[in-house]
Amino acid sequence: MSLKIATRDAYGEALLELGKRRKDVVVLDADLSGSTKTGKFAKAFPERFYNIGISEQDMIGTASGLSLTGKLPFASTFAVFETGRAWEQIRQTVCYSNLNVKLVATHSGITVGEDGASHQATEDVALMRVLPNMTIIVPSDGNETRQVINAIADYYGPVYVRLGRVKVPMVMPDEYQFKIGKAFTFHTGSNVNIIAMGIMVSTALEAADILKDEGIDAGVINISTVKPLDTETLLNIAKACRLIVTAEEHSTIGGLGSAVCEFLSENHPIQICRIGIRDAFGCSGKPEELLKLYCLTADDIVRTIKEALT
Amino acid sequence: MRSVSGTIDINFLKEKARAIRIEVLKMLTEAGSGHTGGSLSAADIVTALYFYKMRHNPENPKWNERDRFILSKGHAAPLLYAALAMTGYFDISMLKTLRKMGSPLQGHPCSRTLLGVEISTGSLGQGLSVANGIAIGLKMDNLNSRVYCLLGDGEIQEGQVWEAAMTSAHYRLDNLCAIVDMNGLQIDGPVSHVKAIEPVAAKWNAFGWHVIDIDGHDMKTIIDTLDEAETVKEKPTVILARTVKGKGVSFFEGKVEYHGIAPTHEELERALKELGG
Ligand SMILES: Cc1ncc(C[n+]2csc(CCOP(=O)(O)OP(=O)(O)O)c2C)c(N)n1
Ligand SMILES: [Mg+2]
Repeated sequence: MSLKIATRDAYGEALLELGKRRKDVVVLDADLSGSTKTGKFAKAFPERFYNIGISEQDMIGTASGLSLTGKLPFASTFAVFETGRAWEQIRQTVCYSNLNVKLVATHSGITVGEDGASHQATEDVALMRVLPNMTIIVPSDGNETRQVINAIADYYGPVYVRLGRVKVPMVMPDEYQFKIGKAFTFHTGSNVNIIAMGIMVSTALEAADILKDEGIDAGVINISTVKPLDTETLLNIAKACRLIVTAEEHSTIGGLGSAVCEFLSENHPIQICRIGIRDAFGCSGKPEELLKLYCLTADDIVRTIKEALT
Repeated sequence: MRSVSGTIDINFLKEKARAIRIEVLKMLTEAGSGHTGGSLSAADIVTALYFYKMRHNPENPKWNERDRFILSKGHAAPLLYAALAMTGYFDISMLKTLRKMGSPLQGHPCSRTLLGVEISTGSLGQGLSVANGIAIGLKMDNLNSRVYCLLGDGEIQEGQVWEAAMTSAHYRLDNLCAIVDMNGLQIDGPVSHVKAIEPVAAKWNAFGWHVIDIDGHDMKTIIDTLDEAETVKEKPTVILARTVKGKGVSFFEGKVEYHGIAPTHEELERALKELGG
């Protein structure tokens, strides 16, 4: 098994390094700095860390004001609270004014586990996707997360980064270089291609291995930037295969699957199956148990593909 | 504006407030829609800020040492636009384009389309948080600039205002001055009927603010209070400005229905007569 690290841990490290390099970086949190890992930055740079307390809406506004004085604010809390509680603040203040505010949320998806549905954001990407000016990035592993944090620091504009709680395997090759808006193709399949984001990239790779043994050539694409979509890659892939499967630890409504369907139905209609959470809330359990319960395992991807191809 | 000798010409400011009210009314009538009452109630305060208190440079709107003004009650956009035009941010003739397609003068202030607007507002309750962020950023940069944030009395029913109020006090933002336009009215009626906010002074006090309760139409009091606020250390200051909604035009004064409608041409004529325009 390859090295495993939670994307939130990679964020904590990356933010600390970024803080050393750039004095304009300021970090805000809403009483979850231990969990979001911004606590590392806070410890090293207390004068550039602002705990706004349990007031997510106020945190977004304060981050916005800081950006107006030329600072580079990173505002973090759990994905549910960041995108849900403060949605309209993100809309009116951050996106409408097109501010340089970085929203980096942890604890996305059902792999939050035991805390249950109240803490499992399964609709955050949908909420952010509808906002003009917003860029959305869902890193697949620790290495990619580190690169994403550096990349968004050099990019002007609102960005939402979706991170997770649990350890996930390193899946991206050593030489991989993240670029905003650019998907990474592990391998293009002649029959079917799986387009995945976040933790589902490793699951998709696992599924492709199983399918290979059964003689089905399945490609895997990590589409870490969900908005703006890498439409060029999508179009090329759609033209070269029969079936596309999207895989996300998120609702099938409004997330990656929706984004891919919206684009391809207008530009190159092709059969698409969406793997994701089917209009339901999460629940308590161990992350692995929940991934099974919500049909987000490699076996689920394999089964879906086999059914669609016959 | 301070005169060269350092004395303050109250009559000059009163005259500016009168002129601003005239521009607000003309622009609203031309647009055919917009918020009259809350633009007029805050006209004296905004005049004092733009023509007396704030250090700003219309030729260099992004000057980093400027004082900032955040119009949290964004529906009073006509008032902000009049102040910006009359201090030279753009040509006064542009006021005629208010709310029209393609105009930088959007129905509610938009910072992407109009220089001089610090942040887009319109959704109530958000400005004080932004003002806090700016105030913190200015302190980090060791700048002496101050931040002014104008809120409505109905607006402070929003929970985020009180989240922000706690933040301002916690971070001892003495470079921040909030002003509440206490005109007593919101859309559905008197604030005291819709959802009472009194005792307002005690609330801000309890949240750790220095509170000053004033007549929001007395120019001398307004400028003295703005000066006083600047001397308060270690605490943010809030000015509770007791005002009359629609102030300056007798038939709009205290009328809840003139919150969100523009004067007709006939009303404009009568209003201008009253204001000597
Ligand atoms: C979040 C939000 N809710 C509702 C509105 C609609 N609205 C616009 S003005 C207003 C009343 C504001 O009253 P007040 O703050 O007292 O303003 P003023 O009397 O100074 O005009 C309302 C409810 C809004 N703009 N934003
Ligand atoms: Mg009012």
